[in-house]
Order: sequence, then structure tokens, then C-alpha cells
Amino acid sequence: MTDSVLEPKTRDNELDRPLLEAALTETWKTPSGFWNTLSTVDHKIIGKRYIFTAFVFLALGGILAGLMRVQLAQPEARLLSADRYNQIFTMHGANMMFLFAVPVMEAVAIYLVPLMVGTRNIAFPRLNAFSYWIYLAGGLLLWIAFALDMGPDVGWFAYVPLSGPQYGAGKRADIWAQMITFTELSALAVSVELVVTIFKQRAPGMSLDRIPLFAWAMLVTSFLVIMAMPAIMVASTSLILDRLVGTHLFNPVEGGDALLWQHLFWFFGHPEVYIIFLPAAGMVSTILPTFTGRPVFGYLALVMALVATGVLSFGLWVHHMFVTGLPRLGASFFTASSTAIAIPAGIQIFCWLATLWDGKPVFKTPLLFVIGFIVTFVIGGLTGVMVASVPLDTQVHDTYFVVAHFHYVLVGGAVFPLLGAIYYWLPKITGRMMSERLGRWVFGLIFTGFNLTFFPMHILGLEGMPRRIYTYQPDLPWHGLNVFVSASSLVLIAGFLLFFFEAIRSARQGLPAGPNPWNAPTLEWATSSPPPSYNFPRLPVVNGLYPLWEQPTELFVAGGLRVDRRELVVTSMAAAEPEAREASPRNSIWPLWAALATTVTLIWSIFSPWAVVWGPIPVAITLIGWFWPKGTPEDES
Amino acid sequence: MKERVAVDLSRLPLHGMGRASVTWWGTASFMLIEGTGFALVVAVYIYLMSLAPTWPIDVPPPDLLPGTIVTLILIVSLVPNYLTTRWAERQDLRKVRIGMVVMSLFGIAPLIVRIFEFPALRVSWDTNAYGSIVWILLGLHTTHIITDLVDTFVLAALMFSRHGQNRRRFGDVEDNTMYWNFVVATWIPIYGCIYWIPRL
Repeated sequence: MTDSVLEPKTRDNELDRPLLEAALTETWKTPSGFWNTLSTVDHKIIGKRYIFTAFVFLALGGILAGLMRVQLAQPEARLLSADRYNQIFTMHGANMMFLFAVPVMEAVAIYLVPLMVGTRNIAFPRLNAFSYWIYLAGGLLLWIAFALDMGPDVGWFAYVPLSGPQYGAGKRADIWAQMITFTELSALAVSVELVVTIFKQRAPGMSLDRIPLFAWAMLVTSFLVIMAMPAIMVASTSLILDRLVGTHLFNPVEGGDALLWQHLFWFFGHPEVYIIFLPAAGMVSTILPTFTGRPVFGYLALVMALVATGVLSFGLWVHHMFVTGLPRLGASFFTASSTAIAIPAGIQIFCWLATLWDGKPVFKTPLLFVIGFIVTFVIGGLTGVMVASVPLDTQVHDTYFVVAHFHYVLVGGAVFPLLGAIYYWLPKITGRMMSERLGRWVFGLIFTGFNLTFFPMHILGLEGMPRRIYTYQPDLPWHGLNVFVSASSLVLIAGFLLFFFEAIRSARQGLPAGPNPWNAPTLEWATSSPPPSYNFPRLPVVNGLYPLWEQPTELFVAGGLRVDRRELVVTSMAAAEPEAREASPRNSIWPLWAALATTVTLIWSIFSPWAVVWGPIPVAITLIGWFWPKGTPEDES
Repeated sequence: MKERVAVDLSRLPLHGMGRASVTWWGTASFMLIEGTGFALVVAVYIYLMSLAPTWPIDVPPPDLLPGTIVTLILIVSLVPNYLTTRWAERQDLRKVRIGMVVMSLFGIAPLIVRIFEFPALRVSWDTNAYGSIVWILLGLHTTHIITDLVDTFVLAALMFSRHGQNRRRFGDVEDNTMYWNFVVATWIPIYGCIYWIPRL
């Protein structure tokens, strides 16, 4: 039957529904088998791989945190040596920032954004496959090195001169620097895909003021990645050059400068915080309307707040360097800008509160996490305003106060919304519901465990406990609170274990979700759960911000696409008027080969500069294989 | 849920040109990434200069000749590059083939001169921070010329193959020429940094 419908140039409106679905499946499917699995470019399969891998890294990073808590539970503990402890806190930070927080947000976007904007695949799907392999290689590099006792031990921001050639002997700092190259390469690739998907592949009618807020958040985030991550790539490459071929960029004796490292790192590092936070804000703005039963309050204000946060995030980096002896005027400027970013953050909080206030909240697990987020993030934001002031920052710099602050904004600000998002969207991904009863337990354990673990760290910091110490003497006044913190972390760990158990259990045994279990308004709920390989049998057409609420019984769709080639619609940037029926690339194994060639080159270049000469040759060959036309219908124009 | 066909897409072209093409936006995004990278390296150059008591540090300024020849070649190359863009817009395969061959030659020429440009810096990358940053500036830009040249070679080969007569390929040629404009445009501030700032 399938063969008979796949006549060349068949259009979707020539087929009735079962034939249409059969034909689209034939064109868009990922067949089973080893090589087909490695060759897929389906954004949903790659998105799931990304999400799964990122959560594995979260669990591994959590184990490291647990080890640190055991070590610090008593003075003069001997469980971990000073050297191992250095590796563990570096691995924990680097892993959580570069292998979990940023990739997991992009992962969720890879899965959801094409569905939310109503298209059939992400833009540049082969680049998407490539980005996943590169991300995986970077993660393996870091963790295999750690297993071989070569894990980086210079802190997650790897300040010179500690990480430079003079003090950072061996290859530990190079492993850190090259892991950066892998993860940034992958993040940059995903950002380009998301920008182009959101700009050019939106459903007809989805003008700029009808883009779902999560997609807006990812658009702003992607631009932050594009503008900020080159800084860390310049920094990490320069560090490797200093270490490998004897350049002097960070060597003050030969005209270099150690503070240059901090400028480059934090020019990336501060936007990085918003690269993690803005997607979470987008998740909150998307979840809230569903569980309050009303449109989000202040859509335009929320979009403007996202953009304003993105712009301001580039003007704050020096507040990480207040104790380096910079000019007073400069410090005052950065205090002002750091305080100013509280304004767009506040606008978002008030819009969310107004949505809750005016709506009829249904307190399902996703909404519980949103409320937990608002509470925790506000506390983290308040200590943020505190450390934006130079005198206070000077006092608490490098203490547990700062550790408490950034866990409140990162875990409270990003992980809570992320867990809410998993409860909200996992039924779309697996087709099965998670348990509401266990969900309340998960939220209760994580929210309570988190606050009991991290709030006392504020006090420890004010009592002078520095971060990154592997132990402390018994006569210091920190023992009691450290025991309390370590014990509380067991509650937090129990919450995460229950969450992992429940995610896996529900995927197998949960109740069937159906297309739209929450009566949600955005387009990802207009298709089945899990969605078919082609996402939508017919591409949706929208005329409002909440299409499924505005058209509850009948969805407007577009007709006229070919079904014998992978075809989607490209629309204009502002008004989303259809411009072309564009082809979307087929599955290909070449992105994997390209990623392998790139991986060999990057790891080799830690050891020899000749890698940069010879390595690009196989990379170029694989790229030619990737792009050379194969005479498929997708190449027609 | 019931569906109602509200828009008919059947008359749309099978591939958009210019800003209706996703590759155009992809190329533009990568230019933004790399442009940010160039801007940051130039910022590092200026930062290091602001710290140094003398600039260049303990060495004479670079020899002007090879860098200036590269600059002239790059500026002249904009003319055939512009013509190639126009021919690609008109989908004139014969002229586009000529244009791609000419642009391949204009990619090779600056690389040959650049072999002499590195010694003309009159400092090694490991002499001091000044040497390091000028080598990085020049090396980064050279990478971009090589990348674009390989891309031009492959695309030229495609235009001579059976895949050449295709709107999609002409779009690729336009994106390639746009990227070459970027390679030339980024060279101007780098040329100013390397050769003229030390002479101020």
C-alpha cells in the first residue's frame, strides 16, 4: 500500500488520512538497526538522547556532591585526599555547568521547539546529530580523564596562573580546556539551529507576537550563546597555546596578564548564568497558563524582560572580579548594572504572580515546582543583589555564602523549573503520565532537602568558611552546621532518586497520556503523544498565541506539501507568511564520522600542535561526504 | 481533533533564495559567531597593548609589504566575488563556473603571500605576549581563508558536476560569496591592528 502512494510529487491534500500517515511515515521514519540508529536526524530522537545523557551527567555530578558532603561532615576527615577533593569540586562544577545545565536546556528545546512552532524537524538536522556526538565525546573525555586520575583540579573557572604552564603540570588543565571546546562547539551548533528554526520555520500565521514564550526564551538564549561562547573558546584555546607552544598571553613576565583570563572567562561566564536561567523562565511562562487556565499576564512585558536580561547580561561580568583590585569607578559601574538586572527579573516574577493571582491554579506537580522556583529564586535573587555591592562582596567572596547564592539561583532558578518541565512534557515524550502522588513526594523532598542543605551555607559563609577547602580543623565553629548540611543532603538525594525511579517507571507503566492531557494551549499538544516522526500529519496554521484554546474543536492546517520528500514550510521572519516549501535533509551517517574526526583532532591537539595541521584533513573529507548531494528528491528545487 | 485546510502551499517554490533560505540564515549565524571571535581577539590585542609600556614589546613593527599585498588582493577579489553573486542570482551556470574558478584563484593568492607575512611580523609567537597575539590574529584569519577556499573548491567541483544546474546550488554560491565578503571585511581591522597600530 505504501509503495502505491509514494508516486513522485504526491501532495498531502491528494491523500486521505491513513494513506497520508503511511506515506509520511515512509518518508520521515528512522528504520530500526544499528547504523540507522546512528544515522538518525530526527530532532525528537536526538533530543531524547540529549536529555537522557544530560540527566546521567546530573546523577554523576550529584554523586560527586555527595562525596564532598561526606568529607565535610566531620573535621579532619580522611575519606578524600586534598588532591582528589580538588578534582572532585572541579569536576562537580564543570560537569554541572557544561555537561548538564546548558545541554539539558538545549536538549529540551531540541525536542520541543520544532513541535511548538509547528514544523517537521529542526533546521540543520544533521548539524544537530553532529552536535550530540560532539557533546557526548566532550563528556566522555572529562569523565574518562577523571577515572584515570587525570581529572582537572583547577576549579570550574580554571584561573591562571594555577592552570597555566608553571603550576598546572600534566594534562589536567588541558582536559578542562578541551572539554570546553567540545561543549561550546555543540552548544553553538544547537543555537544556530534554534535561531533558524524559530526565525524561519514557524507555522504560517505565527507572527512574532504569537511565538510561545519558551521559544522566545530559547531565541534570546541562543543569541547569548552565539555572542558569549566565543569568549570562552578564545580563552580556552589561548590557555592550551600557552601550555603547549609557549605563547605568553597570561604570563605577566612577558607582557601577558593573568586578569585577562578572568575578563575573558567571565565575559562568557556571566551570560552563561542567563543561558541557563532564561530557558527555565520560558518553561515557567509556558507551564503557568496551562495550570491557571488563563493566558499569561503581560506577554509583551515578558518578552521584553527576556531580551533586556540578555542585553544586560553582557554588562555584568566584572562583578565576579571585585576583589582583584580594579578601578573604583569600574566597580561602581558594574554594581549598578548588576543591580539593574534585577528589574527585568522582577518584571517576570510579577507577571507570573499576576497570572497565578487572576487564574484558577490547579496544583499539579509541574505547578508545585513553578511555585518552589519562585520562592527559591527570589531568595537567590536577593543574595544576588547583596553580592552585587562591592563591600559585601569583598567580605563574602570565595566563602560558602557565594556557594549558597549560586545554588539558589541555579538549582532554584533552573533545576526546579526543569523538573516541573519534565513532569509537564514527559507525557508528550513517552506517551505516559507520571504519578501525581509520587510527584508531590518528589517535590516535597527536593524542595525541603534543597533549602535545608543550602540555606545554612549562607551562615557558614558569614562565619568565614571558605569554599573549596577539603577539610577544616575541629576548633573552628563550622562543624555543627556542616553535619546538618550533610544530613539534609540525604533528603535532597532521596528526592532525586525517587524522581529518577518515577521517570523510568512512568515511561513503562504510566497511564496513557493522550495527545493533550493537561488541556494545554500550544502546538506540541496538537499531535499524538509521542509524536510521529513527521510531527504533524498536516502542518498547523495559527492565528493566535494559544491555538488549541482558540480553536478547541477544529485545527487550521496547511495543505499542498509533497509527501515523497522531506518537505516543510519556510516562512517570513516577522509575519510568518509562507515563502517556500523547503526540503529537510535525510538521515546520514556522515555527522557521526565528522564528529569522530573532530574528536580525534581536538584530543590529539592537547598533546601535539601538529594535530591542527593534519587533523582538519579527515574532518574536511567527512564534511564533503556530509554535504555532497546524493540525488534524493530533497535536492530538487 | 478535526482539521480544516486553511492555507494552500502547493504553489510555493521548492527552495527559497536569499533570506527565504535557511542556509542564508545559517551562514549569517556562523558569521556572527566568528565575527564575535574576531572582535574578542582584537579586544585582547588592545587590552595587552594598554598594559605594555612600549608597543610592540621590544621588537620593531612588522614589515608592511606582504600584509599590504594581501590587503590589495583581498580588496580586488571583491570585484569577481560581486560578479559571481550576480551570475548566481541570474542562475547563469556557465558564468558561475568561471566565477568559481576565478574565486578559487583569489583564495590561493593571499595564502601564497601569507607564507611571507608570518616572517614579516619580525617576532615569534613565543617571544612575548605581543608576538603571541599577532600570531593568533594572523593565524585565525588564515584559518578563515583556508576554510572558505576549501568550500569554494568543493562548490566549484559541484558546479561542474551534474548537480550544478540547480537553484539550490546557486543559493550555495551566493552564501559562499557572502562568506568571502565577511573574510575580507574582517581582515581590514586585523590589518590595522597588526600593521598600523604599532606605527602610531
